[in-house]
Amino acid sequence: MNKNWPLWEIFVRSKNGLEHRHFGSLRAADAEMAMNNARDVYTRRSEGVSIWVVESKNITASNPEHNGELFEPAADKAYRHPTFYDLPDDIEHM
Amino acid sequence: MKNKENMNENEKQTKNLEEIFEAKIARDEKIEPKDWMPEKYRKTHIRQISQHAHSEIVGMLPEGNWITRAPSLRRKVALLAKVQDEAGHGLYLYSACETLGISREELYDQLHSGKAKYSSIFNYPTLTWADMGAIGWLVDGAAIINQVPLCNTSFGPYARAMVRVCKEESFHQRQGYEIMMTLCNGTQEQKEMAQDALNRWWWPSLMMLGPTDDESIHTEQSMKWKLKRKTNDELRQQFIDQTVPQADILGLTIPDPDLKYNNDTGHYDFGKIDWDEFWQVVKGHGMCNKERISARKNAWDNGEWVRDAAVAYAEKQVEKDEVKKAV
Repeated sequence: MNKNWPLWEIFVRSKNGLEHRHFGSLRAADAEMAMNNARDVYTRRSEGVSIWVVESKNITASNPEHNGELFEPAADKAYRHPTFYDLPDDIEHM
Repeated sequence: MKNKENMNENEKQTKNLEEIFEAKIARDEKIEPKDWMPEKYRKTHIRQISQHAHSEIVGMLPEGNWITRAPSLRRKVALLAKVQDEAGHGLYLYSACETLGISREELYDQLHSGKAKYSSIFNYPTLTWADMGAIGWLVDGAAIINQVPLCNTSFGPYARAMVRVCKEESFHQRQGYEIMMTLCNGTQEQKEMAQDALNRWWWPSLMMLGPTDDESIHTEQSMKWKLKRKTNDELRQQFIDQTVPQADILGLTIPDPDLKYNNDTGHYDFGKIDWDEFWQVVKGHGMCNKERISARKNAWDNGEWVRDAAVAYAEKQVEKDEVKKAV
Protein backbone atom coordinates (compact mmCIF):
# COMPACT_ATOMS: atom_id res chain seq x y z
CA MET A 1 0.00 0.00 0.00
CA ASN A 2 2.75 2.38 1.07
CA LYS A 3 0.87 5.58 1.85
CA ASN A 4 2.77 8.33 3.64
CA TRP A 5 1.59 9.57 6.98
CA PRO A 6 0.42 13.18 6.81
CA LEU A 7 2.29 16.06 8.43
CA TRP A 8 0.98 17.67 11.64
CA GLU A 9 1.88 20.97 13.27
CA ILE A 10 2.32 20.83 17.02
CA PHE A 11 1.42 23.67 19.40
CA VAL A 12 2.28 23.47 23.09
CA ARG A 13 1.19 25.58 26.05
CA SER A 14 4.20 25.56 28.37
CA LYS A 15 2.18 26.57 31.43
CA ASN A 16 -1.24 27.94 32.23
CA GLY A 17 -1.41 31.64 31.55
CA LEU A 18 0.69 31.37 28.41
CA GLU A 19 -0.54 30.84 24.85
CA HIS A 20 0.02 27.71 22.80
CA ARG A 21 3.16 28.18 20.76
CA HIS A 22 4.28 26.41 17.60
CA PHE A 23 6.86 23.78 18.64
CA GLY A 24 7.45 21.97 15.36
CA SER A 25 5.89 19.29 13.23
CA LEU A 26 5.78 15.53 12.93
CA ARG A 27 4.22 12.76 10.88
CA ALA A 28 1.37 10.62 12.14
CA ALA A 29 -1.46 8.55 10.68
CA ASP A 30 -4.22 10.34 12.61
CA ALA A 31 -4.87 12.97 15.27
CA GLU A 32 -4.64 10.54 18.15
CA MET A 33 -1.24 9.27 17.02
CA ALA A 34 -0.11 12.85 16.35
CA MET A 35 -1.05 13.68 19.94
CA ASN A 36 0.84 10.68 21.35
CA ASN A 37 3.89 11.37 19.22
CA ALA A 38 3.81 15.06 20.09
CA ARG A 39 3.93 14.13 23.75
CA ASP A 40 7.01 11.96 23.18
CA VAL A 41 8.78 14.23 20.72
CA TYR A 42 8.13 17.67 22.20
CA THR A 43 7.40 17.27 25.93
CA ARG A 44 9.96 14.79 27.27
CA ARG A 45 11.15 17.30 29.86
CA SER A 46 7.90 18.81 31.16
CA GLU A 47 7.82 21.46 28.42
CA GLY A 48 4.05 21.59 28.36
CA VAL A 49 0.67 21.30 30.03
CA SER A 50 -1.46 21.27 26.88
CA ILE A 51 -0.96 20.21 23.26
CA TRP A 52 -2.79 21.12 20.04
CA VAL A 53 -2.21 19.11 16.89
CA VAL A 54 -3.36 20.42 13.49
CA GLU A 55 -2.87 18.70 10.19
CA SER A 56 -0.52 20.97 8.25
CA LYS A 57 -2.69 21.04 5.14
CA ASN A 58 -5.39 22.84 7.15
CA ILE A 59 -3.19 25.86 7.73
CA THR A 60 -3.45 28.77 5.30
CA ALA A 61 -0.26 30.79 5.33
CA SER A 62 0.45 34.24 3.95
CA ASN A 63 2.88 34.46 1.08
CA PRO A 64 6.09 36.38 1.86
CA GLU A 65 5.95 37.79 -1.68
CA HIS A 66 2.88 39.74 -0.60
CA ASN A 67 4.51 41.09 2.53
CA GLY A 68 4.64 44.54 0.99
CA GLU A 69 0.92 45.07 0.55
CA LEU A 70 0.10 43.09 3.70
CA PHE A 71 2.38 44.66 6.25
CA GLU A 72 3.92 47.85 4.93
CA PRO A 73 0.78 50.02 5.28
CA ALA A 74 1.19 49.74 9.07
CA ALA A 75 4.60 51.40 8.89
CA ASP A 76 3.29 54.92 8.14
CA LYS A 77 0.56 54.87 10.79
CA ALA A 78 2.57 56.19 13.67
CA TYR A 79 -0.64 57.63 15.15
CA ARG A 80 -1.50 54.11 16.29
CA HIS A 81 1.30 54.34 18.84
CA PRO A 82 1.23 56.32 22.11
CA THR A 83 4.51 58.09 21.40
CA PHE A 84 2.86 59.89 18.44
CA TYR A 85 1.05 62.26 20.79
CA ASP A 86 2.73 65.31 22.28
CA LEU A 87 2.14 65.87 25.98
CA PRO A 88 3.76 68.21 28.49
CA ASP A 89 6.65 66.61 30.36
CA ASP A 90 5.18 67.12 33.80
CA ILE A 91 1.97 65.23 33.14
CA GLU A 92 1.74 61.98 35.11
CA HIS A 93 -0.13 58.66 34.85
CA MET A 94 -0.65 58.82 31.10
CA MET B 1 15.27 39.47 -29.75
CA LYS B 2 12.25 39.75 -27.48
CA ASN B 3 13.22 36.45 -25.83
CA LYS B 4 16.70 37.61 -25.16
CA GLU B 5 15.41 40.74 -23.51
CA ASN B 6 13.15 38.64 -21.30
CA MET B 7 16.08 36.45 -20.35
CA ASN B 8 18.11 39.43 -19.34
CA GLU B 9 15.18 40.77 -17.39
CA ASN B 10 14.83 37.43 -15.55
CA GLU B 11 18.50 37.22 -14.84
CA LYS B 12 18.49 40.75 -13.52
CA GLN B 13 15.58 39.93 -11.28
CA THR B 14 17.29 36.83 -9.89
CA LYS B 15 20.44 38.79 -9.29
CA ASN B 16 18.42 41.40 -7.47
CA LEU B 17 16.71 38.77 -5.32
CA GLU B 18 20.08 37.25 -4.53
CA GLU B 19 21.41 40.59 -3.38
CA ILE B 20 18.42 41.14 -1.12
CA PHE B 21 18.91 37.61 0.22
CA GLU B 22 22.62 38.03 0.93
CA ALA B 23 21.96 41.37 2.63
CA LYS B 24 19.34 39.74 4.84
CA ILE B 25 21.82 37.12 6.01
CA ALA B 26 24.49 39.74 6.55
CA ARG B 27 22.05 41.61 8.83
CA ASP B 28 21.56 38.35 10.78
CA GLU B 29 17.95 38.08 9.66
CA LYS B 30 16.62 34.54 9.44
CA ILE B 31 15.45 32.90 6.26
CA GLU B 32 12.10 31.14 6.57
CA PRO B 33 10.86 28.28 4.36
CA LYS B 34 8.55 30.32 2.13
CA ASP B 35 11.08 33.12 1.56
CA TRP B 36 12.89 33.28 -1.72
CA MET B 37 16.29 31.56 -1.56
CA PRO B 38 18.93 30.64 -4.12
CA GLU B 39 18.68 27.05 -5.32
CA LYS B 40 22.16 26.36 -4.00
CA TYR B 41 21.18 27.51 -0.53
CA ARG B 42 18.21 25.17 -0.57
CA LYS B 43 20.27 22.21 -1.79
CA THR B 44 23.12 22.77 0.64
CA HIS B 45 20.67 22.97 3.51
CA ILE B 46 18.85 19.82 2.45
CA ARG B 47 22.21 18.07 2.30
CA GLN B 48 23.43 19.26 5.68
CA ILE B 49 20.18 19.03 7.64
CA SER B 50 19.37 15.59 6.29
CA GLN B 51 22.90 14.39 6.98
CA HIS B 52 22.45 15.66 10.50
CA ALA B 53 19.06 13.95 10.89
CA HIS B 54 20.44 10.66 9.53
CA SER B 55 23.34 10.88 12.00
CA GLU B 56 20.90 11.14 14.90
CA ILE B 57 18.91 8.15 13.68
CA VAL B 58 21.89 5.92 12.83
CA GLY B 59 23.59 7.16 16.00
CA MET B 60 21.00 5.28 18.03
CA LEU B 61 22.27 1.93 16.74
CA PRO B 62 25.73 1.68 18.38
CA GLU B 63 24.21 2.61 21.75
CA GLY B 64 21.11 0.50 21.31
CA ASN B 65 23.56 -2.37 21.34
CA TRP B 66 24.14 -1.85 25.10
CA ILE B 67 20.70 -0.93 26.47
CA THR B 68 19.83 -4.47 27.52
CA ARG B 69 23.28 -4.97 29.03
CA ALA B 70 23.60 -1.74 31.00
CA PRO B 71 25.24 -2.55 34.36
CA SER B 72 22.54 -0.98 36.54
CA LEU B 73 19.02 0.39 36.33
CA ARG B 74 20.39 3.93 36.75
CA ARG B 75 22.63 3.47 33.72
CA LYS B 76 19.86 1.81 31.77
CA VAL B 77 17.26 4.57 32.19
CA ALA B 78 19.90 7.19 31.33
CA LEU B 79 20.97 5.36 28.18
CA LEU B 80 17.37 4.77 27.15
CA ALA B 81 16.59 8.47 27.63
CA LYS B 82 19.65 9.43 25.61
CA VAL B 83 18.73 7.15 22.72
CA GLN B 84 15.14 8.42 22.84
CA ASP B 85 16.47 11.99 22.64
CA GLU B 86 18.41 11.02 19.54
CA ALA B 87 15.24 9.71 17.91
CA GLY B 88 13.59 13.02 18.83
CA HIS B 89 16.48 15.04 17.42
CA GLY B 90 16.26 13.08 14.19
CA LEU B 91 12.56 13.92 13.99
CA TYR B 92 13.06 17.66 14.65
CA LEU B 93 15.67 17.72 11.92
CA TYR B 94 13.69 15.70 9.39
CA SER B 95 10.76 18.07 9.72
CA ALA B 96 13.05 21.11 9.46
CA CYS B 97 14.46 19.56 6.28
CA GLU B 98 11.00 18.88 4.86
CA THR B 99 10.22 22.61 4.97
CA LEU B 100 12.71 22.94 2.11
CA GLY B 101 10.43 20.98 -0.18
CA ILE B 102 11.83 17.46 0.05
CA SER B 103 9.60 14.64 1.31
CA ARG B 104 10.33 12.44 4.30
CA GLU B 105 10.23 9.44 2.03
CA GLU B 106 12.88 10.86 -0.30
CA LEU B 107 15.06 11.57 2.71
CA TYR B 108 14.78 7.98 3.93
CA ASP B 109 15.44 6.70 0.42
CA GLN B 110 18.63 8.72 0.23
CA LEU B 111 19.82 7.27 3.53
CA HIS B 112 18.95 3.70 2.64
CA SER B 113 20.44 3.86 -0.84
CA GLY B 114 23.67 5.37 0.47
CA LYS B 115 23.18 8.57 -1.51
CA ALA B 116 23.04 10.62 1.69
CA LYS B 117 25.78 10.35 4.29
CA TYR B 118 25.66 10.29 8.06
CA SER B 119 28.41 10.94 10.55
CA SER B 120 31.08 8.33 9.85
CA ILE B 121 31.81 7.79 13.54
CA PHE B 122 28.73 5.59 13.85
CA ASN B 123 30.39 3.05 11.63
CA TYR B 124 32.69 2.02 14.47
CA PRO B 125 31.61 -0.89 16.70
CA THR B 126 30.73 -0.57 20.41
CA LEU B 127 32.73 -3.42 21.91
CA THR B 128 32.47 -2.83 25.66
CA TRP B 129 30.34 -0.93 28.17
CA ALA B 130 33.12 1.66 28.39
CA ASP B 131 32.25 2.63 24.82
CA MET B 132 28.98 4.09 26.14
CA GLY B 133 31.10 6.31 28.35
CA ALA B 134 33.52 7.27 25.58
CA ILE B 135 30.72 8.00 23.12
CA GLY B 136 28.88 10.27 25.53
CA TRP B 137 32.04 12.05 26.57
CA LEU B 138 33.83 12.35 23.21
CA VAL B 139 31.31 11.88 20.42
CA ASP B 140 28.60 13.96 22.09
CA GLY B 141 31.28 16.40 23.20
CA ALA B 142 32.41 16.89 19.59
CA ALA B 143 28.79 17.05 18.44
CA ILE B 144 28.00 19.83 20.93
CA ILE B 145 30.96 21.86 19.69
CA ASN B 146 29.65 21.42 16.17
CA GLN B 147 26.05 22.19 17.05
CA VAL B 148 26.18 25.17 19.40
CA PRO B 149 27.12 27.62 16.59
CA LEU B 150 24.24 26.20 14.51
CA CYS B 151 21.69 27.65 16.95
CA ASN B 152 22.46 30.95 15.16
CA THR B 153 22.42 29.62 11.63
CA SER B 154 20.51 31.61 9.00
CA PHE B 155 17.77 29.08 8.20
CA GLY B 156 15.04 29.53 10.81
CA PRO B 157 13.69 25.97 11.14
CA TYR B 158 17.22 24.55 11.43
CA ALA B 159 18.25 27.11 14.04
CA ARG B 160 15.12 26.45 16.11
CA ALA B 161 15.65 22.69 15.96
CA MET B 162 19.26 23.15 17.05
CA VAL B 163 18.30 25.23 20.07
CA ARG B 164 16.19 22.35 21.30
CA VAL B 165 18.82 19.75 20.41
CA CYS B 166 21.59 21.60 22.25
CA LYS B 167 19.47 22.08 25.34
CA GLU B 168 18.81 18.36 25.53
CA GLU B 169 22.26 17.20 24.54
CA SER B 170 24.13 18.56 27.55
CA PHE B 171 23.07 15.64 29.72
CA HIS B 172 24.37 13.21 27.12
CA GLN B 173 27.95 14.25 27.58
CA ARG B 174 27.70 14.33 31.36
CA GLN B 175 26.25 10.83 31.56
CA GLY B 176 29.13 9.60 29.38
CA TYR B 177 31.74 11.28 31.50
CA GLU B 178 30.17 9.86 34.65
CA ILE B 179 30.46 6.35 33.20
CA MET B 180 34.16 6.98 32.44
CA MET B 181 34.68 8.40 35.92
CA THR B 182 33.12 5.36 37.58
CA LEU B 183 35.24 2.97 35.52
CA CYS B 184 38.41 4.95 36.24
CA ASN B 185 37.71 4.81 39.96
CA GLY B 186 37.03 1.08 39.74
CA THR B 187 39.24 -1.99 39.47
CA GLN B 188 42.40 -2.08 37.37
CA GLU B 189 40.49 -4.03 34.76
CA GLN B 190 37.73 -1.42 34.60
CA LYS B 191 40.24 1.38 34.24
CA GLU B 192 41.92 -0.50 31.40
CA MET B 193 38.54 -0.86 29.77
CA ALA B 194 38.07 2.92 29.93
CA GLN B 195 41.55 3.52 28.50
CA ASP B 196 40.87 1.07 25.69
CA ALA B 197 37.63 2.86 24.80
CA LEU B 198 39.43 6.22 24.74
CA ASN B 199 42.12 4.71 22.53
CA ARG B 200 39.55 3.55 20.00
CA TRP B 201 37.27 6.63 20.03
CA TRP B 202 39.80 9.47 20.24
CA TRP B 203 40.88 9.67 16.61
CA PRO B 204 37.45 9.04 15.08
CA SER B 205 36.13 11.84 17.34
CA LEU B 206 38.72 14.25 15.93
CA MET B 207 37.77 13.18 12.40
CA MET B 208 34.13 13.76 13.23
CA LEU B 209 34.71 17.51 13.09
CA GLY B 210 35.31 17.17 9.38
CA PRO B 211 38.20 17.37 6.89
CA THR B 212 40.89 20.01 7.38
CA ASP B 213 40.02 23.49 6.15
CA ASP B 214 42.10 23.25 2.98
CA GLU B 215 40.31 19.98 2.06
CA SER B 216 36.81 21.05 3.00
CA ILE B 217 34.97 22.00 -0.17
CA HIS B 218 31.88 23.48 1.46
CA THR B 219 33.41 25.60 4.21
CA GLU B 220 33.68 28.93 2.44
CA GLN B 221 30.11 29.05 1.15
CA SER B 222 28.76 27.68 4.43
CA MET B 223 30.54 30.38 6.42
CA LYS B 224 28.95 33.01 4.20
CA TRP B 225 25.49 31.61 4.85
CA LYS B 226 26.24 31.31 8.57
CA LEU B 227 25.60 27.60 8.19
CA LYS B 228 29.02 27.41 9.74
CA ARG B 229 30.40 29.92 12.20
CA LYS B 230 33.79 28.33 12.76
CA THR B 231 35.96 26.24 10.46
CA ASN B 232 36.55 22.52 11.02
CA ASP B 233 40.10 23.11 12.21
CA GLU B 234 38.98 25.75 14.71
CA LEU B 235 36.31 23.44 16.07
CA ARG B 236 38.79 20.56 16.31
CA GLN B 237 41.28 22.69 18.22
CA GLN B 238 38.54 23.80 20.59
CA PHE B 239 37.53 20.17 21.16
CA ILE B 240 41.09 19.06 21.90
CA ASP B 241 41.79 22.01 24.19
CA GLN B 242 38.75 21.33 26.30
CA THR B 243 38.99 17.52 26.31
CA VAL B 244 42.63 17.00 27.31
CA PRO B 245 42.16 18.39 30.86
CA GLN B 246 39.06 16.20 31.21
CA ALA B 247 41.17 13.13 30.35
CA ASP B 248 43.73 14.23 32.94
CA ILE B 249 41.05 14.30 35.63
CA LEU B 250 40.11 10.74 34.69
CA GLY B 251 43.77 9.74 34.84
CA LEU B 252 43.61 8.47 31.27
CA THR B 253 46.19 8.97 28.52
CA ILE B 254 45.16 10.42 25.16
CA PRO B 255 46.55 8.07 22.52
CA ASP B 256 48.66 10.69 20.76
CA PRO B 257 52.40 10.82 21.51
CA ASP B 258 52.66 14.21 19.78
CA LEU B 259 50.02 15.85 21.95
CA LYS B 260 51.64 18.72 23.81
CA TYR B 261 50.57 22.04 25.26
CA ASN B 262 52.05 24.91 23.28
CA ASN B 263 52.83 27.86 25.53
CA ASP B 264 53.15 30.27 22.60
CA THR B 265 49.76 29.57 21.04
CA GLY B 266 47.91 28.64 24.22
CA HIS B 267 46.61 25.53 22.47
CA TYR B 268 47.51 21.86 22.31
CA ASP B 269 49.59 20.72 19.36
CA PHE B 270 48.53 17.30 18.17
CA GLY B 271 49.66 14.47 15.91
CA LYS B 272 48.69 13.69 12.35
CA ILE B 273 45.18 12.45 11.73
CA ASP B 274 44.85 9.39 9.49
CA TRP B 275 42.60 10.92 6.84
CA ASP B 276 42.86 7.82 4.67
CA GLU B 277 40.96 5.96 7.34
CA PHE B 278 38.37 8.75 7.44
CA TRP B 279 37.74 8.64 3.69
CA GLN B 280 37.64 4.84 3.70
CA VAL B 281 34.86 4.93 6.29
CA VAL B 282 33.02 7.73 4.48
CA LYS B 283 33.15 5.71 1.27
CA GLY B 284 31.49 2.78 2.99
CA HIS B 285 34.42 0.62 4.00
CA GLY B 286 34.21 1.15 7.75
CA MET B 287 33.74 -1.73 10.15
CA CYS B 288 29.97 -1.35 10.51
CA ASN B 289 28.71 0.60 7.47
CA LYS B 290 26.82 -2.37 6.04
CA GLU B 291 25.44 -3.43 9.40
CA ARG B 292 24.13 0.06 10.21
CA ILE B 293 22.35 0.57 6.91
CA SER B 294 20.88 -2.90 6.90
CA ALA B 295 19.57 -2.44 10.47
CA ARG B 296 17.98 0.84 9.37
CA LYS B 297 16.51 -0.67 6.20
CA ASN B 298 15.16 -3.70 8.02
CA ALA B 299 13.45 -1.50 10.60
CA TRP B 300 11.87 0.53 7.80
CA ASP B 301 10.88 -2.38 5.56
CA ASN B 302 9.60 -4.60 8.35
CA GLY B 303 7.60 -1.71 9.76
CA GLU B 304 5.78 -1.06 6.52
CA TRP B 305 2.74 -3.18 7.41
CA VAL B 306 2.40 -1.30 10.70
CA ARG B 307 2.49 2.07 8.94
CA ASP B 308 -0.03 0.83 6.40
CA ALA B 309 -2.31 -0.58 9.09
CA ALA B 310 -2.25 2.77 10.91
CA VAL B 311 -3.30 4.59 7.72
CA ALA B 312 -6.03 2.03 7.02
CA TYR B 313 -7.34 2.46 10.57
CA ALA B 314 -7.30 6.26 10.28
CA GLU B 315 -9.21 6.13 6.97
CA LYS B 316 -11.78 3.78 8.47
CA GLN B 317 -12.37 6.15 11.38
CA VAL B 318 -12.98 9.01 8.97
CA GLU B 319 -15.45 6.90 6.97
CA LYS B 320 -17.27 5.92 10.15
CA ASP B 321 -17.60 9.55 11.17
CA GLU B 322 -18.99 10.41 7.76
CA VAL B 323 -21.57 7.61 7.94
CA LYS B 324 -22.60 8.82 11.41
CA LYS B 325 -23.04 12.34 10.11
CA ALA B 326 -25.10 11.12 7.16
CA VAL B 327 -27.51 9.12 9.32
